[in-house]
Amino acid sequence: MRPNVGASTSNNRAPRRAKVVTVTSGKGGVGKTTTTANIGVALAKLNQRVTLIDADIGLRNLDIVMGLENRIVYDLVDVVEGRCKLRQAMIKHKQLPELYLIPAAQTRDKTAVSPADMIQLTDQLRQEMDFILIDCPAGIERGFRNAIAPADEVLIVTNPEVSAVRDADRIIGLLEAENKGPAKLILNRVKSEMVRKGEMMSAEDVTDILAIKLIGIVPEDDSVVSSSNAGTPLSLADNSRAAVAFRNIARRLMGENVPFMPLDDSPNFLKRISRLFAGGQ
Amino acid sequence: MVGLLERMLGRSSNKGSGSKAKERLEFILVHDRINLPPERLEEMKAEILEVISKYVAIDEHNVDIALQRRDRNPLLIAEIPFHKATEGIEKDDPDYKAEEPPPDEEGDDEEAKATE
Repeated sequence: MRPNVGASTSNNRAPRRAKVVTVTSGKGGVGKTTTTANIGVALAKLNQRVTLIDADIGLRNLDIVMGLENRIVYDLVDVVEGRCKLRQAMIKHKQLPELYLIPAAQTRDKTAVSPADMIQLTDQLRQEMDFILIDCPAGIERGFRNAIAPADEVLIVTNPEVSAVRDADRIIGLLEAENKGPAKLILNRVKSEMVRKGEMMSAEDVTDILAIKLIGIVPEDDSVVSSSNAGTPLSLADNSRAAVAFRNIARRLMGENVPFMPLDDSPNFLKRISRLFAGGQ
Repeated sequence: MVGLLERMLGRSSNKGSGSKAKERLEFILVHDRINLPPERLEEMKAEILEVISKYVAIDEHNVDIALQRRDRNPLLIAEIPFHKATEGIEKDDPDYKAEEPPPDEEGDDEEAKATE
């Protein structure tokens, strides 16, 4: 069943159906692109129609993580500059027919796309999609402005490290100034063992500092790297803890109330906890 | 004995690099959010104390001015104790100082300790 967020919702732009979700971080290398790819796949597997847009012009990556790099004919800049129709730049995923990717240009000038272009482009897609996910480039320059301009919701990816959280805080401030808040937080690459030993900040520590809501905690997981190597995001098949975390984020985006997984590696512990949850409800 | 052990355990877990990270972040972010680097804050504190000293005798050893936050909103909390108005005693008189009660250790910051 599709969420009913259709034509009746008032909006001063085009008739709205899809939710535009921008994934950003400030700092590079925190797992933003992997997160976008996996949430996109997870949403598509939950029967949502999804388009991923790589807004990182000049440094495209999302196509590689998705394993679609060999099928690029047209890109985002081609659409904006009118060299092709929007549909022609949408690469359809092999296994998930309702998942599309609009790749970034690899060689173009960063200023080739404007925030107004992004709003126009996503508005064209809104009626046909349930979710439009935008992978934002690192930094706070033009690419960031482009990526957040059409956003209905912003997800901030960070790691439990001082520099990554500091940059996330900067992004939260900028989003507030642009009236794009309140953003939600994805804490990526959490090492449960280190958190337990007090050698890593916990999700609670980070949300306490940033004072925003958490939408996902993704444990550090080797299969993230191996799946990126293969160009098959782990949410496609894998049932690793990271895959479950991404699926939970997808479900929360769809409005479901999904409890957070306990950060423990032992399956017995997980079962005990889930029984507790089941019993408590 | 048990208390001591607990204190040692409690201490060791507090000293994990995770809580160190959180402390450092709190400090960095409170300055980031108002765009006031620590050295400028020190200037501001000195100026505040200077102004107040014009009117009232300040107990300088127990001054505590610090940036804090409520949720995402930064605020300045100042605790500035005054000397009681005691006629005939200069505030810089060393004998006068020696007779003061020992400063309340709780909540003392490093700055206050450094001046002792």
